[in-house]
Amino acid sequence: MPHDHHDHDHFHHEGMSPSGHPYRADNDVPLTYWQTMEIAMREILIEKGILTPEAVQLQIDAMDARSPANGAAVVARAWTDPEFKARLLANGSDATREMGFDIGPMHLVAVENTDAVHNVIVCTLCSCYPRNLLGLPPDWYKSRAYRSRTVKEPRKVLSEFGLDLPDDVTVRVHDSTADMRYIVLPARPAGTDGMSEAELAALVTRDSMIGVGAPKQP
Amino acid sequence: MARVRVREMMPPGHVRTPAYLRGKTGEIERELGPFANPEKLAYGHEAEKRDLYRVRFTMREIWGDGAERPEDTLDAEIYAHWLEQVDD
Repeated sequence: MPHDHHDHDHFHHEGMSPSGHPYRADNDVPLTYWQTMEIAMREILIEKGILTPEAVQLQIDAMDARSPANGAAVVARAWTDPEFKARLLANGSDATREMGFDIGPMHLVAVENTDAVHNVIVCTLCSCYPRNLLGLPPDWYKSRAYRSRTVKEPRKVLSEFGLDLPDDVTVRVHDSTADMRYIVLPARPAGTDGMSEAELAALVTRDSMIGVGAPKQP
Repeated sequence: MARVRVREMMPPGHVRTPAYLRGKTGEIERELGPFANPEKLAYGHEAEKRDLYRVRFTMREIWGDGAERPEDTLDAEIYAHWLEQVDD
């Protein structure tokens, strides 16, 4: 039992905490080359008056404020407004900019799930992700296992996420190799007629917009 | 749709063409327009614009007959200088 485990003898906290959670190793290691570089660069820019600490903090806050709720609002709009959906599929950057979600210099491609096609997004080279619509990527999205396996055995990967696709559905994997960012437009769940845009948005999960899950059922 | 083959080169440095697609043939899914060449951009050099394409490959083409489901597809963005026309 983890709660019975007492480990007073070790200086390093190994094993479990008294409440049964594994300890994370202390990161008492020197800064890496790039961490030092980042601190030096930031300090110089602030010293020279090019940046202020407040501006840096505001930018961090803005990055942290982005969440999958942005993408969910886009999907719900596409489910309820056929003209918006057509614009989204034709030019994802412009359509989402209409809603106030600016993707910056990147371009957005929205790919639609249908009865015949299921789309899934990966970045084999690094961790490209539509951060303006979905926030920071989950850790597994950046893992070597997800990045290498999704292009080789997507059905097995999807099945591990709980998504078993029938054999007559074509899987389309999208590898974000360059300047595009991708969002999956999942199929609107059955039984949602008459629901408002806000109610629909609450059904749209982050994983359904990456393509490794389905929206919630009402 | 135009058929293209990804050039089978292995240059050093920062490239955005995944190794598993080099030498593989696919079809242009859409033209994306000109984008600054990341192979220069990555080193802070002046980067000329290169046309970028979304190319669709079948899983059979990438992984052979042992593919998980050979008819499934994979799309990737590939710059023009990595593509050669396939005549057949």
